Amino acid sequence: MHKIILIIKREYFTRVKKKSFLLVTFLVPVLFIGMMALIGYVAVKQNEMGDKKKIEVIDESGWFANKLNAANNIEYVYKQEDPAAAKKNFLNAGYDYLLYIPASLNAQLISENKPSTGVTNNVESALNAIAQARRLADAHIDSAVLASAQKGIDVQGLQMTESGIKNAHVYASYGVGLVCAFLIYFSLFLYGTQVMRGVIEEKVSRIIEVIISSVKPFQLMLGKIIGVGLVGLTQFIMWIALTLTLSTVVGSLVQKGVKVRTEQATQMQKAMGQQTPKADVHPDNMMGSIMEEVESIPVVYTVSCFLFYFLFGYLIYSALFAAVGSAVDSETETQQFMLPITLPLIFTFALSQSVIVNNPDSTFSVWLSMIPFTSPIAMMIRIPFGGVPAWQLGLSMLLLVLGFLFTTWVAGRIYRVGILMYGKKATYKELAKWFFYSE
Amino acid sequence: MLSIRHIVKQYANHRALDDVSIEIEQGKVFGLLGPNGAGKTSLIRIINQITGPDSGEVLFNGQKLDQSHISRIGYLPEERGLYKKMEIGEQILYLAQLKGLSLQEARKRAKYWFQKLEIESWWNKKIEELSKGMQQKAQFVATVIHEPDLLILDEPFTGFDPVNAEIIKNEILELNKKGATVIFSTHRMESVEELCDSIALLNLSKKILDGKVKTIRNAYRNGTYILEYEGEKADTSASAPFEVLSEAATDEGYQLKLRINAGSKVNDVLQYMLPRTAISKLEEVIPTMNEVFIQTVSKAK
Repeated sequence: MHKIILIIKREYFTRVKKKSFLLVTFLVPVLFIGMMALIGYVAVKQNEMGDKKKIEVIDESGWFANKLNAANNIEYVYKQEDPAAAKKNFLNAGYDYLLYIPASLNAQLISENKPSTGVTNNVESALNAIAQARRLADAHIDSAVLASAQKGIDVQGLQMTESGIKNAHVYASYGVGLVCAFLIYFSLFLYGTQVMRGVIEEKVSRIIEVIISSVKPFQLMLGKIIGVGLVGLTQFIMWIALTLTLSTVVGSLVQKGVKVRTEQATQMQKAMGQQTPKADVHPDNMMGSIMEEVESIPVVYTVSCFLFYFLFGYLIYSALFAAVGSAVDSETETQQFMLPITLPLIFTFALSQSVIVNNPDSTFSVWLSMIPFTSPIAMMIRIPFGGVPAWQLGLSMLLLVLGFLFTTWVAGRIYRVGILMYGKKATYKELAKWFFYSE
Repeated sequence: MLSIRHIVKQYANHRALDDVSIEIEQGKVFGLLGPNGAGKTSLIRIINQITGPDSGEVLFNGQKLDQSHISRIGYLPEERGLYKKMEIGEQILYLAQLKGLSLQEARKRAKYWFQKLEIESWWNKKIEELSKGMQQKAQFVATVIHEPDLLILDEPFTGFDPVNAEIIKNEILELNKKGATVIFSTHRMESVEELCDSIALLNLSKKILDGKVKTIRNAYRNGTYILEYEGEKADTSASAPFEVLSEAATDEGYQLKLRINAGSKVNDVLQYMLPRTAISKLEEVIPTMNEVFIQTVSKAK
């Protein structure tokens, strides 16, 4: 036991002390937050980011006279001109666009280059709003009556629990499940290959024989797996802490941006003098409801399940990665053995984004969340939705632990022979033989 | 100190060790010899408990070999290796602790050895920054730092220049004098003659020869002598009690390599030669370990 701790310490500290570890640990949250912030910024400012466009308007229908107001960086200038002459002079007139509305209302938007879809859409919705209001007025329909008639029906997803009916908050479950599944998928690869590299390093540098004259191969393998696992845990905790700190800072900036945008939107609506149906979700309410959705997920339950599946998922796969490392002389030879390891992972991850997340309680999903090689990802998709029966969760965890013990035992038997084999190209047949070698 | 009894080790397609029994005495230097693939490494791995035998047993000071003996054995494998990216001092401390030393004790002894081998300035260097000879010295320290009762050295002098090989040889002899038993596996027969008290020779998974070096060499005497004389070439054609194996001229006269016929004695040779020439030297040729090795192994084929 004392020796395993020594091995764990070495595996942990040599990795944590590396410059690349610090770099990745600090850079990933910065890059992640930076990317999110950039996306948010662009989304908020997309209309302000372009130049101001000036549009020359020739309105032959008479429907829109002085009703188009400047908005979204677009300025309208009305002209009384012959359309043919205007089109001819357009290139020299100094306008970005020429909007020609004939009596038929089949409007044309002309530009020197191809008109941007953003501007086209803005112009279109502005015209439609005005035209609709006028048609309603012509038909003697009160726009308020219409708005109330058009009001959509929301279907609210509810969940019956012992403490009564609750909001189901499906979208938060969806998001949390996918994030958890992705993190597990990603970390199994990341840290599993680190274990494999460590094994190959010991074999290639030939220190292995010195070490296993002091400790049992199984102790070395276990020490390495646990050591790298702790590195992974450290990195995850640092990432979560850094991401939370950074996102609080960035989040407050983004929220400011959202407020600005909301004000603009309300101004625009007022300017148009009419209400767009269904647009009355106040952003503050939206934020609130997101928060409420996230809070609806049982945090302690989900986090403990995540840690369990992360830990045992890592253990089950890293033992296999260690066995692969022991069977080869260099990293380039690992390819043929990697496929059967990575296949169930990729398979489950791909399915998790469609089949499982849409039908978390289907027989198929239940099966995937039971099989030890697929359960870490599959179960983490199901858990945020709630409603995983306790017996299923218990059985899945039990199977995963048993699967871990079994794979580690199998991997250990291959490992102890593999680390001493040099220059022999390992095949599956060879691995099977190693497994049956006596001590 | 170490009794190896009827060890059998079977791999899938071949038998690495076939009923091998060896006794190694306390405080001696023991040579484990044999051509490549004879089973030496398999036997060494069994003694180190890296692998186990299929049958047979190994006794360490009369006790059946178990995990508690690991800290009393020091092993220098033929294929040397240390962590390339780890600092050398830290690495020695790690390996010493794996052998059961406390950190303080390991540090104290490592400093002692680094000073003794004049490598203390490399403490913070990574292995990949060192020359091969330097790495070997560090590896030697890792092998002996826990003061093992049994040292197993597989080709300990490869990779050393003659000066450093001499230093390491003297360190090994000093440890031996202090009581360590040494198992020494090598192909260099001249160092076997120089260092080893006893040997065992493995060939094709079997032990084919063992015993004291002196006894073995004596046993392989076959009545071959070197005889030198001065003056003219003597005529040895008429009913000599020996057979001439080779004849060569020297500055003063001639040198004969001869083998005495069965039933004749050294005195018969002298009596035969005395009237014919002036003998300056007569010496028995005791076969070198190299000759013993080649002779035994090729005979086994």
